[in-house]
Amino acid sequence: MEDFLAPDFGGSEPSGRHMAIICSKGNLDMAYPGLILANAALGEGVEVDLFFTFWGFDMIMTDRADDMAFSPAGNAAMRLPVGNIRMPQALAPAPGMTGMATRMLKKQIAELGVPTVPDFLDQIVASGGRLWACRMSADMFHVTEADLRDDVGGIISAADFIEKTEGAQILFI
Amino acid sequence: MPVTTIAGREVHVDAEGFLTEFDEWDEALAPTLAHAIGIELTDRHLEVVRFLREDFRTQGETATTRRVQTVGGFPVKEQFTLFPAKPGKKMAYIAGLPKPKGCV
Repeated sequence: MEDFLAPDFGGSEPSGRHMAIICSKGNLDMAYPGLILANAALGEGVEVDLFFTFWGFDMIMTDRADDMAFSPAGNAAMRLPVGNIRMPQALAPAPGMTGMATRMLKKQIAELGVPTVPDFLDQIVASGGRLWACRMSADMFHVTEADLRDDVGGIISAADFIEKTEGAQILFI
Repeated sequence: MPVTTIAGREVHVDAEGFLTEFDEWDEALAPTLAHAIGIELTDRHLEVVRFLREDFRTQGETATTRRVQTVGGFPVKEQFTLFPAKPGKKMAYIAGLPKPKGCV
């Protein structure tokens, strides 16, 4: 021990906490909460397992992860870029709106130094996070391991995931 | 801010023990700070620390692990090896900087 006040980082071992994050959404804006929390948890020495299911599958599909989109439709919180004015929902389904909103969101995310979805998953895996794909979703979408990132640990059943995350704090997104 | 003596030198620290004055730190302190959190400093650790100091000087905030990879060129995986379990906070501490504020 030193004779001065030093922060207690709990040594070199993991913290003992374990988080299970279930990603079920395929909209670009809903991909990020799970990624940000997983990354933050890993940086705090927390063990993290991510389970991708239903539309969340796009996040780990090699030909889709960089092509996720954001639509203002059904999002009452969406504001116009200027004037703090709520975007009229009647405009949201207009042709080109999803493309424009997606480009805007991607630009804002990049400006914050936050990586794209595939790059973010690279970082999560490099930090020790584990990725799992949902068996039922794979069967439903006719997806095989060849369609997924190489670092996905496997296509597993919900029961397998529950078993792997015994005692973990669960976050469903 | 409390004042404490580290390696024979008086420095200001916050409630957790992070140094609060950028200019009170120099490389001579780094091995002692590292040792206090269970890390034996190597040249590679020091390369990361130097990047953090230089980046803080120009950006005014502590680089996150993401930035240490993309701008500093130290892969995240290596950061976890050098500064196990909590790389962002550990490297900031050794560099005499505040904890990173950024989310990513």
